[in-house]
Amino acid sequence: MSAVKVSKKVLRKWEKLPGKNTFCCDGRVMMARQKGVFYLTLFLIVGTCALFFAFECPYLAVHLSPAIPVFAIVLFFFVMATLLRTSFSDPGVLPRALPDEATFIEMEIEAANGNVPAGQRPPPRIRNVQINNQIVKLKYCYTCKIFRPPRASHCGICDNCVERFDHHCPWVGNCVGKRNYRYFYLFTLSLSLLTIYIFTFDIVHVVLRSVDSGFVNTLKDTPGTVLEVVVCFFTLWSVVGLTGFHTYLVSLNQTTNEDIKGSWSGKNRVQNPYSHRNIMKNCCEVLCGPMHPSALDRRGELIELALAPVPIPASKNNKENPQTTKTTAPLIPSEHTPDDVKSSIAPETEGDVKEKLSPLENKPPPSELPTPPPADPAETTAVLEEAF
Amino acid sequence: MATEFHNLQELRRSASLATKVFIQRDYTEGTTCQFQTKFPAELDSRIERQLFEDTVKTLNNYYAEAEKIGGQSYLEGCLACVTAYIIFMCMETRYEKVLKKISRYIQEQNEKMYAPRGLLITDPIERGMRVIEISIFEDRGSSGSSSSSSSTSSSSGR
Repeated sequence: MSAVKVSKKVLRKWEKLPGKNTFCCDGRVMMARQKGVFYLTLFLIVGTCALFFAFECPYLAVHLSPAIPVFAIVLFFFVMATLLRTSFSDPGVLPRALPDEATFIEMEIEAANGNVPAGQRPPPRIRNVQINNQIVKLKYCYTCKIFRPPRASHCGICDNCVERFDHHCPWVGNCVGKRNYRYFYLFTLSLSLLTIYIFTFDIVHVVLRSVDSGFVNTLKDTPGTVLEVVVCFFTLWSVVGLTGFHTYLVSLNQTTNEDIKGSWSGKNRVQNPYSHRNIMKNCCEVLCGPMHPSALDRRGELIELALAPVPIPASKNNKENPQTTKTTAPLIPSEHTPDDVKSSIAPETEGDVKEKLSPLENKPPPSELPTPPPADPAETTAVLEEAF
Repeated sequence: MATEFHNLQELRRSASLATKVFIQRDYTEGTTCQFQTKFPAELDSRIERQLFEDTVKTLNNYYAEAEKIGGQSYLEGCLACVTAYIIFMCMETRYEKVLKKISRYIQEQNEKMYAPRGLLITDPIERGMRVIEISIFEDRGSSGSSSSSSSTSSSSGR
């Protein structure tokens, strides 16, 4: 003898994603938890370029060529764009297995292992696949409850399995994986060029000015130059070295992770099965290959309707008390039109909003839904639409 | 015995989920997205082997088309690089276009072939491109179905 009040709360899927990522801009931006070093990177790049534009560019534009600051601006813009792309995008995170899939895999493992005598440790969970005449072992991830695809690895910092995992880079505040490797590579390449560019023109500027007014006076007039030279000097060695290393990896179609582990070092005659044995082809595949979509639908909606019984004074029809907790609807496509029903989640792009309610695919229904009362203005049906 | 559902609406109204089958990825060609065409035992009484294989092969072809490395992908990559990837804020990538085709195809297959047999295919993108999930439904009304649902969950050796 009570009506039910329904409060609707719209959540986005990113709020319920497992893992240790942080999300900004309502799910559009995805980063690791520790962002301190990323802010340092930003500060160094923006700060050094600001000093360059303030101190060097006016002099060089007049005395040498106005193209110098223009090219610097273009390079700076490219560096920032690739940095932000690397930092903010989904590196290729594999969503964790839903309970049904996890159970299915467990059953397969048990069937494959057979009966393990009591007291003995069960064999490690490994699947062997043959890729290009090479046996590759797929390991089972106990956190994500999946067999990791080849080249995927679990990042302990972000607590996610990432496809084609390269490394976790604190300087960009994110993992580097399949989806953002090319942005990362272009970032290091363009940053190397920018550093060399600023360093060179700092020297040129100091030389030119010293001819007119002397070395010490030059440094007094443009104190920013000293700072820039120091930053560029240290950056040069690290970033240019890193770019060289990654160019080597790209030409061999290897990841940092594989290189560190020595997966394809040639011991026991193992070779990289993913390499095309052609530097150009490898480079083209890594840098100009297709842009894979994100498997995480961060901006999809999760609608939760929370029920709370509200006692009403007059006794209305005798109806059973609806449940006060959220319930899952039966595992049937939702009551939307057939067009919406289908399991199509449009893969979301950076900065683009594609929100779609996708059908509910969840555990088998624990109980039937309560039937709505005949003449009650408030909604009483409990529907938890959870789109995954 | 196979239950008949004439369309998706009927499936929604009168069916309950019995079990799910997961078609795994086929990694023999590398990391490109391909699914195994091996026919799972649970679907034996539900759908013809050839139909199932055709569906999976068509999906594999779509994914191969999306991931093809050739003139068009190079052009897209270079153009995007030159514009510092800003162009992707207004343009859809080739992969996304193919994914839309795939979801339309899956919807069509569900409506025409799978729902009438009490089955439902989930788009792999919703499962991280790891598996093709096929849900097997039983008619809620039929009394014999509850016993058959438990027997279909027996594992099949892979």
